[in-house]
Amino acid sequence: MRRLLNTIYVTTPDAYLALKGENVLIIKDDETIGRVPLHNLEAICTFGHQGASPALMAACVEQNIAIVFLTSNGRFRARVIGPSNGNVVLRKTQYRISDDEQKSAHIARHFLVGKLYNAKWTLERMTRDHALRIDVEKFKRVSAHLTESMKQLMTIDDLEVLRGVEGNAASAYFSLLDDMILQQKQDFFFKGRNRRPPLDNVNALLSFAYSLLSTEVGAALEGVGLDAYVGFLHRDRPGRMSLALDMMEELRSVYADRFVLSLINLKQVQASDFLKKESGAVLMTDDARKKILQLWKDKKEEKITHPFLKEKISWGLVPHAQALLLARFIRGDIDAYPPFLWK
Amino acid sequence: MTDYDASEFLLLSGIQHFEFCERQWALIHIEQEWEENVLTIEGSHLHEKADDPFIREKRKDVLYVRGLPVHSSKLGLTGICDVVEFHKDPNGVPLQNEEGSYLPVPVEYKRGRPKKDQSDISQLVAQAICLEDMLYCKVPRGELFYHETRRRVEVEITEDLKNNVRKIAQRMHEYYARRHTPRVKTGEHCQSCSLRHICLPELLTKESVARYMKRMLAE
Repeated sequence: MRRLLNTIYVTTPDAYLALKGENVLIIKDDETIGRVPLHNLEAICTFGHQGASPALMAACVEQNIAIVFLTSNGRFRARVIGPSNGNVVLRKTQYRISDDEQKSAHIARHFLVGKLYNAKWTLERMTRDHALRIDVEKFKRVSAHLTESMKQLMTIDDLEVLRGVEGNAASAYFSLLDDMILQQKQDFFFKGRNRRPPLDNVNALLSFAYSLLSTEVGAALEGVGLDAYVGFLHRDRPGRMSLALDMMEELRSVYADRFVLSLINLKQVQASDFLKKESGAVLMTDDARKKILQLWKDKKEEKITHPFLKEKISWGLVPHAQALLLARFIRGDIDAYPPFLWK
Repeated sequence: MTDYDASEFLLLSGIQHFEFCERQWALIHIEQEWEENVLTIEGSHLHEKADDPFIREKRKDVLYVRGLPVHSSKLGLTGICDVVEFHKDPNGVPLQNEEGSYLPVPVEYKRGRPKKDQSDISQLVAQAICLEDMLYCKVPRGELFYHETRRRVEVEITEDLKNNVRKIAQRMHEYYARRHTPRVKTGEHCQSCSLRHICLPELLTKESVARYMKRMLAE
């Protein structure tokens, strides 16, 4: 498996990125405020209104380093893609599957089984680790519901029906998210998902974590030659990375939700990290964003054993491993797409 | 056999990948996958010098031409010879701007040392066939120069070797036409493959996904 290299997150607003020799320079008001060697970089993520020089983009494209431009809230804006992803054969097969509802459903249900499996074991872990703080019976009930839904999913060939089963199961899981917040309850609570803009601290954190994850999944898919915009569960919509959203399903709870929960439960974020605007929108402070990105990076470096590959890799490589496995299935090397089943 | 059209030409250097591993060849040449590793970077560094097409030297009776583009419509291959030495020889052919007749000797530069497999030889033989087709002359021998051992290995271009290359080229074209990436046996050679992270050879021997799902969901 590939090695996980560094991702640099540039959060300074209005910085300019340039290439000097084999280094990225981060320039602010004509002054170089940072210098990072390109080799051993995996990606450059910028937040806000940064620009980057064509020379830097060319060097990154050549060396397979992703450059991603995000808004200051972490929403995806643009990504630099080079000519290297020339695998037309793979992509055409992907399109053919995407056009075929039944074949799409077979892949989609594996994404969803992955989603429910990981949600289930997120709940199970809570009952194991915090039995005294939570309503174990309620958790076990939802967990059993998720198990049933998984079995059901495996028999369904129809995308609409799949979405229905998944929708029910997901809302049962989300109904317990607030119960999993065990600290700072007065400032962090979850009454339901809202976004664009997020209206409370927890939703602000979830949105941010999801957008980091989707950026990484999207880049991983493109990195193995797949088209991140053509999905199986999520149908095409201009500008939407449908396949990235598909693949994210199985990683949301185990990667992003658990990350957010531990930020709160370990008191790594506080109420003072958030600003409430007059409109009700909740924003994160720049310092909070920096702190969270650092913790996200730490999480990416943690090692796990991949359940299907049985290989030790870092969390940060999980999107890449899954993208690779999906590509392997599409080109016919394995019998199905193996979702990331984590417990 | 009908000749190939120039638009159908495949890269001659691919022969080397194909003999190393047919799957590796397909990943690179059909699926356009490529990953640099230490070996490939060393290789291209070495070729930068050998491939300079503007260096043309003549010493005594030998003309040295670097980075010579060659092709063969019969093989359907195109490529670049690192170095072709043209030796003054009564059995040779006349060359543009030169007096007398010359016989070409292709010389291919390789990093490392002579390999156990045939791949370097086949690449050289393919170059010889191209030169024969282009110049209408016999190319009886070629040379492999190994960077690590700094040794030249002389290769006699036999009819058997040429037939083998013809067969390989034909198979490459068959796969290419079908856009087929073969599944092949994994082995020791996977250790030094620059594409192992993309190929994941171990996957071909893994449990099936169906079993994996069953096993995980049963728990």
